[in-house]
Amino acid sequence: MSEFDEPGKSAAGEPGQTAVGEFGGPRNGGVGEWVKSERQVERERVRRSHARRSASIATVSTIVFIVLVVSIVTNSPGWPRVQDKFFNLDEFVKALPDVLRGFLLNIKIFLIAEPLILVVGLLVALARGIKKPAFFPIRALATLYTDVFRGVPTILVIYLIGFGLPALQLQGIPTDLVTLGVIALTLSYGAYVAEVFRSGIESIHPSQVAAARSLGLGHIKTMRFVVLPQATRRVVPPLLNDFVSLQKDTALVATIGPLEALRQAQIHVASTFNYTAYLVAALLFILLTIPLARFTDHLAARTRRRRGA
Amino acid sequence: MARPLMLLALAVALVGCAPVDNTSSSASPIASASTACTKDQLKLVNAGKLTIGTDKPAYEPWFKDDDPSNGQGFESAVAFAVAGELGFDRTEVQWSTIKFDSAFAPGVKQFDFDVNQVSITPDRAKAVDFSKGYYTVKQAIVAIDGSKFAGAKSLAELQNAKIGVQVGTTSLEAVKNVIKPADDPNVYNEQIDAVNALKNKQVDALVVDLPTAFYVTAAQVEKSKIVGQFSSTGGTPEEFGLVMEKGSALKPCVDKAVEALKSKGELAKIEQQWLGSAAGAPELR
Repeated sequence: MSEFDEPGKSAAGEPGQTAVGEFGGPRNGGVGEWVKSERQVERERVRRSHARRSASIATVSTIVFIVLVVSIVTNSPGWPRVQDKFFNLDEFVKALPDVLRGFLLNIKIFLIAEPLILVVGLLVALARGIKKPAFFPIRALATLYTDVFRGVPTILVIYLIGFGLPALQLQGIPTDLVTLGVIALTLSYGAYVAEVFRSGIESIHPSQVAAARSLGLGHIKTMRFVVLPQATRRVVPPLLNDFVSLQKDTALVATIGPLEALRQAQIHVASTFNYTAYLVAALLFILLTIPLARFTDHLAARTRRRRGA
Repeated sequence: MARPLMLLALAVALVGCAPVDNTSSSASPIASASTACTKDQLKLVNAGKLTIGTDKPAYEPWFKDDDPSNGQGFESAVAFAVAGELGFDRTEVQWSTIKFDSAFAPGVKQFDFDVNQVSITPDRAKAVDFSKGYYTVKQAIVAIDGSKFAGAKSLAELQNAKIGVQVGTTSLEAVKNVIKPADDPNVYNEQIDAVNALKNKQVDALVVDLPTAFYVTAAQVEKSKIVGQFSSTGGTPEEFGLVMEKGSALKPCVDKAVEALKSKGELAKIEQQWLGSAAGAPELR
């Protein structure tokens, strides 16, 4: 509780009963009944009425807002056509199986790329953190990699990898389109995630490193046991944010040929000239990303609570 | 009490963008067949000009040098011929770039008609108006000479081929409905992507319309050949049509123009000039 956490008055008032809980009820030990003071009762009543009032205002304003938007949209002259071309139930049902089948491919790409990206990102972040002069080439390479792949639009990376690598006609280069797509996404997102990790590592106070070194831990052990555990915990929300983004970008792999959700939707749209199939794809992506977004919020809130905010 | 005020402001803002019926389309075309199709009576997007839409890049043999306004290439020539029938000279025609996807979006169109190798299908006709067909199209299969599927003598032999097609084309439907390959086809945004995939050996064969196939084998992919042609639809021939807004008042006039070009033999002449004869590609069944 926030501003009203003065202890309530104890009726029994014996020693050992000074720290009183917020709410009444029989206490362990059962000696004497704790009664809320009148002030506390009044306080709770006021709080409840405040909560009721704000909830009802929120409800009313939401209803007014929705009614307003819906009435404006549905009374617009073009609405019947929009409804037919974007919210067409028949088309929705027709497109769903194909789009769903494509969506499984999106999920597959996402699940394979995810761990790879984490590994690449972490390694690159660590490489950028090495201070020894002998390792300068590695550090420079890591910096170059993040600069290049953060700068190039993901769709271009996919395009160049997807069409460029096979064009080399080398032995051992994968030709499977999904593999190529995963490679491209990993390269592109690895750069973002590397930066996230690096900012996490740099956010750990130097005194932590100093303390670890004074205990006799070397650079590697300091990183492994002191810095990284704290850094990863700090960067979980931005990491999850990047993964929500990755889930959507799996659709870009369509440019090199495989039939994923968005492409399947596009095929339906082109054959019927009706956009409802896009709506199907959009809904599937939302269904996938919302849980992750809520989970991110939950983690952030938990972190705040732990810090005692 | 800022909240009610803000809500009020929001409401006002919303009402501010309240609907105004500025769409020119009404559900029933006003133009009856008897209406004279003279230039000044046509309902145009831009007054005094005939605005024709097509996609970019515009590929040969339909357009030349990615420039629809030069009158070169089959569709450019057809479009100018239709414009001529409607009474527009070449300076009164303007082209606008319309992506395939936006050609059939509901709402105000940025073109009087769109010419983009769009096949007429009953499903599509629910969303847009098509002119009468101006070209009867066949599908063709292209493969690298000497490759596994280059010698196929029937569609059944292509069952196990990895096929590449461009998205939004009826070629894709033809692959799904007629060839029915074991593997899903690879689908590309642009024709050039599909062609590159063939070069890279990422696909065994392309399915494109026949004129495109001739162009691919002649100019885009060395050592490639047309394996054969086939019909994507069982009975009715597949035709390209000009795309117009649903309920477009222009439709009767554009139809008349296409009919006139057909009966005069003008269309056949343009076809001969730009698409040559489709002989030499064996028919596959």
